[in-house]
Amino acid sequence: MKLIKAIIKPERLDAVKSSLEEAGFLGMTITEVQGRGEQKGISLQYRGGTIEVDLIPKIELEIVVSAEKVSDVIEAVKKGAHTGKIGDGRIFVIPIEESVKIRNGEVIKE
Amino acid sequence: MTLDSGATAWILASTCLVMLMTPGIGLFYGGLVRRKNVISMVALAFLCYALVSLQWVLCGYSLAFGPDISGFIGGLDYFGLSGVGMDASDLPIPDILFAAFQLVFAGLTLAILTSGVAERIRLSSFVVFGLLWTTLVYDPLAHWAWGGGWAASLGALDFAGGTVVHISSGFGALAIALVIGKRMGFNESSMAPHNIPLTLLGAGLLWFGWFGFNAGSAIAAAGLASNALMVTNTAAAAGALTWLLASSIHGKPSAVGMVSGAIAGLVGITPAAGFVDVTSSIIIGAVAGLLCYLALLWRLRKGFDESLDAWAIHGVGGLWGAIATGIFACIGQTGLLSGNVYQFGINTLDALIAVGYAFIVTYVLALVIDKTIGLRVTEDEEYVGLDISQHGERANG
Repeated sequence: MKLIKAIIKPERLDAVKSSLEEAGFLGMTITEVQGRGEQKGISLQYRGGTIEVDLIPKIELEIVVSAEKVSDVIEAVKKGAHTGKIGDGRIFVIPIEESVKIRNGEVIKE
Repeated sequence: MTLDSGATAWILASTCLVMLMTPGIGLFYGGLVRRKNVISMVALAFLCYALVSLQWVLCGYSLAFGPDISGFIGGLDYFGLSGVGMDASDLPIPDILFAAFQLVFAGLTLAILTSGVAERIRLSSFVVFGLLWTTLVYDPLAHWAWGGGWAASLGALDFAGGTVVHISSGFGALAIALVIGKRMGFNESSMAPHNIPLTLLGAGLLWFGWFGFNAGSAIAAAGLASNALMVTNTAAAAGALTWLLASSIHGKPSAVGMVSGAIAGLVGITPAAGFVDVTSSIIIGAVAGLLCYLALLWRLRKGFDESLDAWAIHGVGGLWGAIATGIFACIGQTGLLSGNVYQFGINTLDALIAVGYAFIVTYVLALVIDKTIGLRVTEDEEYVGLDISQHGERANG
């Protein structure tokens, strides 16, 4: 079982949700986050100087799936979130030991 | 005319009421945009008000209310409000109070138009645009209707600004929206309102201020003002309920829809407020709510990014109000229902000319500014939002 953590542009969320749905993945948790990448945010040039916007609003998605479905999820997220411009985001894959359904106590380890 | 202290007191109060509508429209719009642009939206309203305040005392009042030149514009005799004094002349209130009362209308009108450039306008370009727009579009229209221009001479009725305020800003917003272009990601990603309570607060201030707008336009503290206040409130209520009902057919009865309907009703009754009775105001408000809602749906289907619907609510509502005044007028004037076909014709013609003038002049003006100094922010600036890129401020920490 893996946790896929994707950091995407907020305006791509709808597209990512629908590409995930098309691929059959419905469950997810999203969080509004702020962050920056290698470019250290965006700097805006003005005659009077520069405004640094070093933390940019992003959406973080968390999706837990069995190991063999990881590549499908990654493809779906890429399909929805890709614009080709700086700031499209990152996808991380993290191992999960176990998952427990609170309602009925069901334990999933694989 | 001798100065009437009752009228003077009421117009002083009305001026303050109408002033509050400008931050009101700012908050109404501010709640509807994305969080990264809320300061920009509210600040634009204040900016409009400050700009027009200076323009008005320097030349705007004179262009609108100065001695008539060929029915089109006023002369510059009152430049810098020279000769506009503390005594009453044609009206029972001080001349300088009349100038102040008219100023708050002019400021509000420019603020309504900011709907069309929401979330993508460059602040410095808007300063230039706003000053030219109020001079070239608002001032002539105010002169035509109220300053002794051709529309008034031909008998067109506009009690509180259906053509002057609402048609001009509504169709102006549509024109500038077409020039500046759609917001990045329009129709692709969600642009849902970020703070609906803010929008409701703004709508409340508008409804409240509108009593000064319409009842103040009687320029008297007497029966006519009282009737105007009552029909204004009635039309707002009817508009709120019809839009609520219409929107609930498509989904849930929306709160934003309800207050949009109230504003539509208020816009619709504006030109008619001094000429119609309470039963007519129910019809005017109800039709305004429905018509403006349909205009909004049409705008969305067409994919026009006139972002916050000044066109649907103020433009279409103002057009309906002007025509409705020609139909329902029965107090001091007669309309179509009282057998006065001419009134209906001249009001409709006046409204259509105002639509054409406001749309074309705004379009050309916006185009010239766009080709010279550029109306729009850069992609990066739009992406991070106007609050940071234009003001260097964030709404929440």
